[in-house]
Amino acid sequence: MIGAERAMDEAERRLISVTVNEVVHRAEVDVRLTLADFLRHTLQLTGTHVGCEHGVCGACTVLVGGHTARSCLMLAVQAHGHSVVTIEGLSTEGQPLPPLQQALADHHGLQCGFCTPGILTTLTELLRDNPSPSDEDIRVALSGNICRCTGYQGIVAAVRSLLPSAGREVRG
Amino acid sequence: MKPPPFRYYDPQTADEAVGLLASLENAKLLAGGQSLMPMLNMRFVQPDHVIDLNRVPELAFIREEAGRIRIGAMTRQRDLEFSPLVAERLPLIGAGLHHVGHRQTRNRGTIGGSLCHLDPAAELVTVAMTLDAEIVARGPQGERRLAMAEFPLGFMTPALELDEMLVAIDIPVPPAGHGAGFVEMARRHGDFAIVSAAATIELDGAGRIARAVLVLGGVDVSPLRMGEVEEALAGQAPSAAIFADHCRLCGAVEAMDDALVSGTYRRRIAPVMARRALEQAARHAMAKVAA
Amino acid sequence: MTAEPRPAADPAPHTFGRPVARVEDDALLRGRARFVDDIHLPGLLEAAFVRSPHAHARIRSIDCEPARAAPGVVAVMTFDDLRDVLTSDRLVVAMPSPSYLLEVHRPILARHETVHVGEAIAVVIAASRYLAEDAAALVEVDYDPLPVVADCHAALAEGGARVHADLPHNVVAELDTAYGDVDAAFAGAAEVVEDRFWLHRGGSHSMECRGVVASLDPLEDRLTVWSSTQTPNVAQRLLCDLLARDSDAIRVVTPELGGGFGPKLVFYPEEAVVAASAVKLGRPVKWIEDRREHFVVTTQERDQHWEMAMALDAEGRVLGMRGSLLHDHGAYTARGTNVVFASAITVPLAYNVPAYRLASKLLLTNKVPVTPIRGAGQPQAAFVMERLLDQAARRLGLDRAEIRRRNLVQPEQMPCRKPMKLRGGTFVVLDSGDYPAAQRLVMEKAGWDDFPRRQAEARAQGRHIGLGLVNYVEGTGRGPFEPVRVRVAANGRIHVASSATAMGQGTKTMLAQVVAEQLGGAIENVVVTTGDTAAMTLGFGGFNSRQAVMAGSSAHAAAVKVRAKALEAAAHMLEARPDELTIVGTHIRMRGNNRTIGLGEVARALEGIAGYVLPGNLEPGLEATEQVIVHDMAFSNGSAVAEVEVDVETGHVQVLRYLLAHDCGQMINPMLVDGQVIGGIAHGIGNALFEWMGFDANAQPLTNNYGEYLLVTAPEMPSIELFHRESPSPLNTLGIKGVGESGVIPTPAVIASAVEDALQPFGVRISHAPLSPMDILDLIARADGA
Repeated sequence: MIGAERAMDEAERRLISVTVNEVVHRAEVDVRLTLADFLRHTLQLTGTHVGCEHGVCGACTVLVGGHTARSCLMLAVQAHGHSVVTIEGLSTEGQPLPPLQQALADHHGLQCGFCTPGILTTLTELLRDNPSPSDEDIRVALSGNICRCTGYQGIVAAVRSLLPSAGREVRG
Repeated sequence: MKPPPFRYYDPQTADEAVGLLASLENAKLLAGGQSLMPMLNMRFVQPDHVIDLNRVPELAFIREEAGRIRIGAMTRQRDLEFSPLVAERLPLIGAGLHHVGHRQTRNRGTIGGSLCHLDPAAELVTVAMTLDAEIVARGPQGERRLAMAEFPLGFMTPALELDEMLVAIDIPVPPAGHGAGFVEMARRHGDFAIVSAAATIELDGAGRIARAVLVLGGVDVSPLRMGEVEEALAGQAPSAAIFADHCRLCGAVEAMDDALVSGTYRRRIAPVMARRALEQAARHAMAKVAA
Repeated sequence: MTAEPRPAADPAPHTFGRPVARVEDDALLRGRARFVDDIHLPGLLEAAFVRSPHAHARIRSIDCEPARAAPGVVAVMTFDDLRDVLTSDRLVVAMPSPSYLLEVHRPILARHETVHVGEAIAVVIAASRYLAEDAAALVEVDYDPLPVVADCHAALAEGGARVHADLPHNVVAELDTAYGDVDAAFAGAAEVVEDRFWLHRGGSHSMECRGVVASLDPLEDRLTVWSSTQTPNVAQRLLCDLLARDSDAIRVVTPELGGGFGPKLVFYPEEAVVAASAVKLGRPVKWIEDRREHFVVTTQERDQHWEMAMALDAEGRVLGMRGSLLHDHGAYTARGTNVVFASAITVPLAYNVPAYRLASKLLLTNKVPVTPIRGAGQPQAAFVMERLLDQAARRLGLDRAEIRRRNLVQPEQMPCRKPMKLRGGTFVVLDSGDYPAAQRLVMEKAGWDDFPRRQAEARAQGRHIGLGLVNYVEGTGRGPFEPVRVRVAANGRIHVASSATAMGQGTKTMLAQVVAEQLGGAIENVVVTTGDTAAMTLGFGGFNSRQAVMAGSSAHAAAVKVRAKALEAAAHMLEARPDELTIVGTHIRMRGNNRTIGLGEVARALEGIAGYVLPGNLEPGLEATEQVIVHDMAFSNGSAVAEVEVDVETGHVQVLRYLLAHDCGQMINPMLVDGQVIGGIAHGIGNALFEWMGFDANAQPLTNNYGEYLLVTAPEMPSIELFHRESPSPLNTLGIKGVGESGVIPTPAVIASAVEDALQPFGVRISHAPLSPMDILDLIARADGA
């Protein structure tokens, strides 16, 4: 790296190492760079979207150390040494869509898809921590993600279709 | 909406952080980032230095010692929410946290960050006031403690020196039989409260109120402890009518006007929130007696 | 050559009318879709704008020098710096109307006067957005603040402030909508009800803000502009004019769009500035609107103030309506008079109103311009009509459903010509539908007749529940045309290209379904290109619930032609008759034997071989372009019921149930229809209860973040119950009507009706939206005091 020739002021630029979707990325970044911009611009992982940059809309939500976080409210330097999962890491190229994504497609849980990266990370955490959420649990879990298109109904239906009780209802 | 330039430090110890804070001009502490980061993105604050506390492990803990629960400033709201110890000893914290933001913000947000940001409507500020918490602050001269009641100096202004940092809060554990209630009026789930009310109730052997604590959040620049209501309730048998009667006082307080919500509205619903919080706390306490 | 749609008994899978899976979803669900901010080009520069902090001020001077010296800055430009590459300093985009009193075109960058907060004054172009924002803060603009017009009433004040210092007044247009003898209707009325209404709609708030990337290819001398626009062909024409370039020298592409909802149909100063900067600097330039900018520079649909009276006979039949409308137009004309136009004709649309007169004024204010947002004036009109019907029902002692039943347009009146004209000059003709049947259906599903019992029970327990009922009609399918080309490639893939523009509704899926229905039924074999001027030079784009109707009709016509030609060519190649052949999947099959030929082989044969005759002497190429022309609008309709619970101690409203019986004609994809309707309802609930774009007396915005401007989230939404009716439109072959705005139109009205019903014991009347908890307690307190 050419940057090695000049002395880097650690208070202004940092060499960071972040595991994103199981791949270790090393990069020199401005300390003020947000995690969202690091993912989108530095790593070109543009699946994570920036919708409000003040932590309300939820489109930029990623998993940091397994927990959802607004990537617009974290600095890239804060992710140093941590593991981040984005929408790109939640499915495998060339493989069929995983069940959650397939359920969202089946139940029309997305329209423009701009909020979808945050919805997917949020629901991934929900279903891991609470495998049989009630409708209210699902709606409360989604309360930190704004979707302007769907009215949320297809998203709730998609989650419900994945629950163990969904099969029982059909059989019953 | 990109943060302005600043210099960044990530100390490993609390002392190191305090040292940086004492030596740097126009520095900001970065805790969970759920309030400071939006303000940086909007450039409402333009610090020259940002001291990130997220790599100071000693500031993140929940401990019980001699009848008190001590919580490190960098303890995430998530960790409080899922702590069996907190749920057992300080159920009011869980009741309040239920209204704080969303899963994604509680995963990052810290108790210390919320208390120091001191939004008038912040649930944890109201809860800390209700629980008679003590603030543990550390500066170059060492640590000092101050009562939560003395912590807010004014609108979003904590009683900390420029070189001081909140390191922990210390909460006396209320009697096991106490009941806790927290209600709020917010426009949507997870929004800051327009008015919130937190209450705890301890019952005596006869089922009367031995001690009630009632605090209103969001009404004024900092939470209002409703001492008059508390005193009036002592010795009474809890009932909806009694609560409604005494909570009327809550409608006579000074209330903030802002561009979105009038003081009149806050005064209208303050008694309602107070009554509902007390009812919830009483039900909780009675359920414990029954159990 | 005859062009017949495929016969019903055809063995290929049907795609039309089925809840086919969306072709858009796979990429979106894997994070692989490309939105405008996902475009990274080598050497890309980023722009930030210097914006006015004042609602009205004279600009004394602009000093860009300190900013030019900032790190990473490539250029800091005012209009004067861009003048040499632009042909005009204004965006002239106003649609024609005889109603204008003033011309108020937006400047590309404000030079001497700024008339709303957020107006762009200069642009900074730097190596990154971070550096551009740093430098933008260093541009020094010397302002001389001027008096501000903060609302419609101030705009009309005698001797008051003027929005533009050099214009004589603030009335940008006046519009009268009238038919019948209104005064006679009122003179002979048994009952007159009237009210004043304040109706507010806030912003669009697509989750993706706006954005534009422009890049000049010096080899081809072609400028490519990727813009988050709903109307790329319109943007291209404007850019060609502004930059004095041939139409082949500018390509405008709409990448994946993160929602549109109306304001993205407008052409904006930033699109012109970014394109001009890319030309001037010879480097690719990107500007992405941030959310704070969205609140102040993306167009809104704010305030309407209505006064309206309704005359009725003793049986509750409407005899006439008259009133006035003041409409907040904002500081410039960024689209036209169309929001007011739609409001004016929508009021009496679903009902038989023999006489009607509305005098509308469009008023300049020192705020960002107003243009249509999903619903475009129709929700406000429905609110006015339906609130007055509720009031009349109460006054006459009629059930709210009964008064509607007596006045609704009847099925035997269809097609029903209304004595009002569309903006293009043709009459409003309700094309089809059974409005009373829709009302009956939703009432039955909602348990309308049983509700008084439930309401009484709830009240006995101290709970205040209420039910509302509203009918609506939505004008859809704005003409005159939208082209679609269907082409079968030599590899058998079916390429569909249209100037239709996808913004999340599933437009590509819709077009693929219509085309696949005729060409083998294999959706996965269809590739759809929308929103790219290189793919289609003519056309408009997405707005006014028009794309399924207009582009869908064209796609069908083109696919039918291609089908006929494919069968004819194949007949020649297989030595069969066309009527013995059909297309199944990617092949043309002969009935009764196993002879087949690939669609691709036929296409290849029709590409020809030099020196040889084409199969069957047909014209070359297996493709067709169609642009079906329809001037009349297709009117969808429906009836909504909402049930709410009001906490009378806090004013909190919870929507418990929401039912909608709706009719958008033949559905192309019922799953997508449901999605459009439910999404529209969510938007409507926002307009009814949450969304308020507030400004103070200096026209400074009060709600400019998502903590203050409240969008509906999942817990506020009830589960919506939808009931479909299908009355095909006679206006197009497929019988389809649009649906994009249906959900939003009845919603503020039906929520208001339900809240008023819940608050009957207090005698509260609801005459505005959005309705906050604070408002509800005020109304209760005022009613108590009365």
